[in-house]
Amino acid sequence: MTSSPLIASDHPLSNQQRAALRRLAGLMIPASAEYGVPGADDDTVFADILRTVAPQSQLVSRALDELDALANGAFAESDPASQSAASESFRTSGSPLVGPLVALVTQCYYRDDRVMQSLEMEPRPPFPLGFELDNGDWSLLDPVRARGKLYRDAP
Amino acid sequence: MKERVDVLIVGAGASGAAMAWSLAETRMRIVCLEQGDWPDPARYPSTGRDWEARALGEFGFNPNRRGNAADYPINEDNSPIKIANFNGVGGGTVLYAGHFPRFHPSDFRVKTLDGVGEDWPIDYATLEPFYAENDRMMGISGLSGDPAYPPKPERMPPLPLGISGAKLAQAFNALGWHWWPSDSAVATEDYDGRARCINLGHCLHGCAQGAKASTDITYWPHAIRAGVELRTRCRVREITVDERGMAAGAIYYDGDGVEQFQPAEVVIFACNGIGTPRILLNSTSARFPNGLANTSGMVGKNLMFHPYAAINGVFDEPLDGYRGPSNCIWSQEFYETDAARDFTRGYTFEISRGRGPVVTALGGMGSGRIPWGPDHHRAYRQLFNRITGMVAICEDLPEEHNTVTLDPHLKDAHGIPAPRIDYTLSANSRAMLDHAIARGSEVLSAAGAHTIMTEAPLTIGGWHLMGTARMGADPERSVVNEWGRSHDVKNLFIIDGSIFVTSAGVNPTSTIQALALYVADNIKQRLANLFD
Repeated sequence: MTSSPLIASDHPLSNQQRAALRRLAGLMIPASAEYGVPGADDDTVFADILRTVAPQSQLVSRALDELDALANGAFAESDPASQSAASESFRTSGSPLVGPLVALVTQCYYRDDRVMQSLEMEPRPPFPLGFELDNGDWSLLDPVRARGKLYRDAP
Repeated sequence: MKERVDVLIVGAGASGAAMAWSLAETRMRIVCLEQGDWPDPARYPSTGRDWEARALGEFGFNPNRRGNAADYPINEDNSPIKIANFNGVGGGTVLYAGHFPRFHPSDFRVKTLDGVGEDWPIDYATLEPFYAENDRMMGISGLSGDPAYPPKPERMPPLPLGISGAKLAQAFNALGWHWWPSDSAVATEDYDGRARCINLGHCLHGCAQGAKASTDITYWPHAIRAGVELRTRCRVREITVDERGMAAGAIYYDGDGVEQFQPAEVVIFACNGIGTPRILLNSTSARFPNGLANTSGMVGKNLMFHPYAAINGVFDEPLDGYRGPSNCIWSQEFYETDAARDFTRGYTFEISRGRGPVVTALGGMGSGRIPWGPDHHRAYRQLFNRITGMVAICEDLPEEHNTVTLDPHLKDAHGIPAPRIDYTLSANSRAMLDHAIARGSEVLSAAGAHTIMTEAPLTIGGWHLMGTARMGADPERSVVNEWGRSHDVKNLFIIDGSIFVTSAGVNPTSTIQALALYVADNIKQRLANLFD
C-alpha cells in the first residue's frame, strides 16, 4: 500500500483522537521481532487506517470517547500502564463499538505488504492472477458410487 | 405515459433474466424494469488490495448495512436471520456462491411423503427439462452420477478439491457418508464468453473473472441481443389495475427520480421473496384493498429462509485458506426424512474451504481466540490458513406467521413503504440445526480438526427468500396457479422464489430459474388464450 501524510487539517478525527487511535492500534497489534512484522501503529499501516476511517469516523469518535472515559481522562496522554488497562477494559466492555474499531485496524493491518509477506502471501489482489489449487483424486468417490441410489422416489 | 408493451418484467435477477430470454423468441415487445444498475466487474473486491474490506462494505450481503443507492431498507429487527440480497442487474446471482443443486423428487411431495407443509402442484419430472435448459444457459460444472439425484446431464469438470476438500472427502468416506462434487455455476472451462475459474476465492462478492454465472453475463446479453429492453435505475412503486381487474402497468421512478407509468399487456414479478410481496402489498385499489393478487390473504405469508449452521474446524497443518471458490463438495447424507431423528425433512452440508487474512483476524478476535497484545501474532498464525469447514443448509417449512408486511414507518429513498420481516425459527429447524452441528463436528473430528467452532442459525444467512406468494391449485390457499399466473389477476405472473411451496434443503437459484423457464414455456404455449 502507498502511504500519504498522517496529518491533514480536514481529517475527521482531531489530533488527539488520532494519537489515541494510533496508541490503541499499537496495543491491539504490536510489532513483533519474532515474526518480523510491524505493529498496527506503524507509519504506513496507520496512514492506511487514517485514509480508511472517514466513512466510520463518527463511530470511531464515539469509541475513542469511551476509551477516554475508561482512562479517566485523555487516553492519548495517559501513562502506558493506564493505557493498557483502559484498552483491556474497552476490549472486554461488550461495547458495540469494539467490533468496528477492530475491523478498521485489522482490515488495514492485514493488507500491508510486510504483513502479507510474513504470512507467505503475495502482496497483490486475487485478480487477475488467481491462485492454484490441487484438482484432487476423484477415485475418492468410489465408495460413494458403490452405495447406489440415495434419493427417494415421489408419487 | 410510455408506449404500451406486451410484457413488463419487474426485476432483472435470476428469474427475470431467464424469463426475458425465453420470451424473446416470441418477438413480443418486452421491457424489464430494474431498480439497480449494471454491476461493474472491474469494481468487484477481488480486483483491489482492499478486497476483504470492500467485501464487507459496498459488496456486503445485507442491504441495510450496504446502503447502496439501489437498496431499499428492510425492518428485520424481529428476525434472527437477516436479509441478504443484491439490487442490480443479475440480482442475487451477483453475490451468490454459485451452488447449483436441483430439488429432489421428494421435495415436491413433502405432505404426501412426510405429512408436513404442502405438496407442490408440479413435480420433478415437470421441471426436469427446464433444469437442463437452465444448466446450459448458466454453464454448470460438477460431476454426473451423484447417487443422491436422478441422472443429470454432463457438465463441465468439477471444481478442484484442494487440500480442504480432499481432507473432508476422506473424512466423509471414513464415516461412510455421502459426498459429491458440488454442482456449481462456476465455469471450469471457458463457456459462452465467460473465462474459466482461476480460484480467486471471491465468488460471494462478485466474480471479476466472469467465471461465475450471474445473469448479467449469462441470460441478459442474449436477451438484449434478441430485442428485450432493460431499463436500469427504475424502481417500481406499484402495479395499477384497470376496470376489468387486470394489471394495467407499473408506476415507477426513473433514474432521475421522475414518476413514470409503463402500461403493459402482461406483468411479471421477478423481485424475490421480499420485493415481490412488498410491491403487491403496496398495490392497493378498490378492487384489491389488501394488495394486488391477495384475495387469499397469502401474499407475504409463509416466508421461508434456509436456516444455516456454520461448522468450522481448526487444523494443525496448512489448508487452502483464501484460495479457491466457495463451492467445493457437498453431502446429502442427511437430506431425506428419517423417522429415527427428532425432525422432519433434512439438510445439505456444503464445504466452504477457508478464510482470508482479515476475516481470520475478525473471527479470531471476536471469539477471543486471538488476543490483543504481544501474543496476537502467535495465536493468529494458529488460525490463519488452518480453518475449513462447512455450512448446513436446512429445509425451512412454511408457517403462516412468518411474514413480509409493510412497515408503517420505514420508507425507501422514493418514499415507498419498506418491508418488515417477522420470522421465528421453528422447533423443527432448531432440531435440524443441532443435528447438523453434531454430525458436522463428527466430520471435522474425523478429518483431524483439533478445535471446532459453530454458529446456528447463521445470523447473516438470509440469502434465500421463499414462499411469500406461493403456487397452488387452491385459490384460497395460494397466490398463483400451477403455471405461475395469479389466481386473481389473469395477466399477472410471479416467477421468483415467492412462489415456492416448500424450500427443500438446497440453494434455490437453479429451481427459481427452472420455474421461470417453465412459466415462460406455459405463456408461450398458451398465448392464444393466456387470459382465459
